[in-house]
Amino acid sequence: MGAVHENSGVRCMKRISGINAPLKGGMSVLKPFDIHAHGPDGYVFTRWLAGLPWWTPLMIVVIIGVYPSFAYAQSSFSVSDAFGALWRWMPFLLVSGFLFNVLISFWTLLIGTIAGAALGLGQISPFGPLRVFSWFITQLFRNSPWLVILFIVLLALPFEFNFLGQTIRVPDWMKGVFGLSLPVMANISEVVRGAVQSVPTAQWEAAESLAFNRRQILWQVILPQCFKRMLPPWMNWYAILTMATPLCSLLGIEEIITLSRQAMESEDNHPELLVPFYGFALLLFFTYCYPIARLTMRLERKYAVKL
Amino acid sequence: MAWTAEQPIVSLKNVCKSFGSLEVLKGVSFDVMKGEVICIIGPSGSGKSTLIRCINGLNDIQDGSITVQGKEVHDPNLDKLELRKKVGMVFQQYNLFPHKTALQNVMMAPLKVLKEKKLDVEERAYALLKKVRLEDKAHSYPGELSGGQQQRVAIARSLAMNPDVMLFDEVTAALDPETVKEVLITIRELAEDGMTCILVTHEMGFAREVADHIYFTDRGVIVEHGPPKSFFDNAKDKRTKEFLSQIL
Repeated sequence: MGAVHENSGVRCMKRISGINAPLKGGMSVLKPFDIHAHGPDGYVFTRWLAGLPWWTPLMIVVIIGVYPSFAYAQSSFSVSDAFGALWRWMPFLLVSGFLFNVLISFWTLLIGTIAGAALGLGQISPFGPLRVFSWFITQLFRNSPWLVILFIVLLALPFEFNFLGQTIRVPDWMKGVFGLSLPVMANISEVVRGAVQSVPTAQWEAAESLAFNRRQILWQVILPQCFKRMLPPWMNWYAILTMATPLCSLLGIEEIITLSRQAMESEDNHPELLVPFYGFALLLFFTYCYPIARLTMRLERKYAVKL
Repeated sequence: MAWTAEQPIVSLKNVCKSFGSLEVLKGVSFDVMKGEVICIIGPSGSGKSTLIRCINGLNDIQDGSITVQGKEVHDPNLDKLELRKKVGMVFQQYNLFPHKTALQNVMMAPLKVLKEKKLDVEERAYALLKKVRLEDKAHSYPGELSGGQQQRVAIARSLAMNPDVMLFDEVTAALDPETVKEVLITIRELAEDGMTCILVTHEMGFAREVADHIYFTDRGVIVEHGPPKSFFDNAKDKRTKEFLSQIL
């Protein structure tokens, strides 16, 4: 009875086994206590996001709509004025603001993935000094606050440099991209290292017995098997970094949060504007990242190493 | 010091190997002539697999010498890749590459390692798959094949390199009795074709049938050896007798 009722309520959304439905084929067995199985596994945020119900954005809309009407009841600037202002700014915030965040996230992912893959391969190099160096860089940027890295990059990078006699100006948003790329790079590095090490050593031995050299084993045998395993954590990091792009507003980069603030200023900074404008940004981020999180968790289940 | 076909193709002299303080091989010696089939049998943990893995350099040794076609395997200056082109190996767990089809598994090493022409390799790969009776499974992935079929693809994959010696490390141990037979038939045909084979096996009936010489190992040493008939019928050592009485 209960199951039927539950299913009818979410007919439009497939449940993900193990996330918001019982694990398929999961049998309850007594396993030895494994501390890693009880700690966070890197999907903490994505799993939470993927586990939210599909009507979350509707709830956000309702909250945005209801909250100001009792919070600012005394003001002369009415709630409908605030929503009118948001309505006028909406296309601008979406196209110039949010799409710019998406652009930043793409660039960050691109640079972070390329650099992270190189660093990850460095971590499994047979050459000791390179391995130690890659490990150190990975740990350094993986465990530093993103905002601190962002500020250091902004202040340390020259804002213009000479190239073939021409002065090239580095746009601020490119610095933001670079700053966000560093922690992403470090985390992708760990993803690559983990995926390579998850391939059984028997695969290495089989390839060695066929006279493959190390480089051939890595590129022909091991890495092709890793791509599937790397896809979910890679998407997980994309969702996380997209959510982190508003950090760039602290550098004055004109992404959605910066533009929202400027828009509110031009509407005379009424406090009633805060919830609709920031709520709108929240709604956009949710709408963009939610499908990614759902897909990530689904793939993660699908490609999970079966023992 | 060139190797000639009259000399042993594989020669072990006083091979010692330990993992940390655990001594696995305590002075093992034997010779294998070209075209010979030898079987190594013995209880679990007696160092059989370690021994066979030392022959193509997957494991290193602490003392003694192993030569293949007159070349010292554990010489630090030896090109291990050149050695492994000549010594094929088949594993208990098949270890096929799961992202490639049966045909691609067979073709990969000749294409990438020997840099042969694709057309030649493809022809040979189909012939090998036909030899192991899997020509209709050429485009299946390892996940779609049974254990016995995977193991036969693994044998074909090794043969594609045209090795001079084949090492079989308990290749039927993970298979069910039905499929054991099809793999053993493949190996027997290979032996009849004159391939030099070194097998670690628990299949006593098979060992008796195909082997030219049997070696019985226990606790890191060769306890007894001889041609199959005298070995199985007139075992002299107490440990051999005990082992055979348990297994036969």
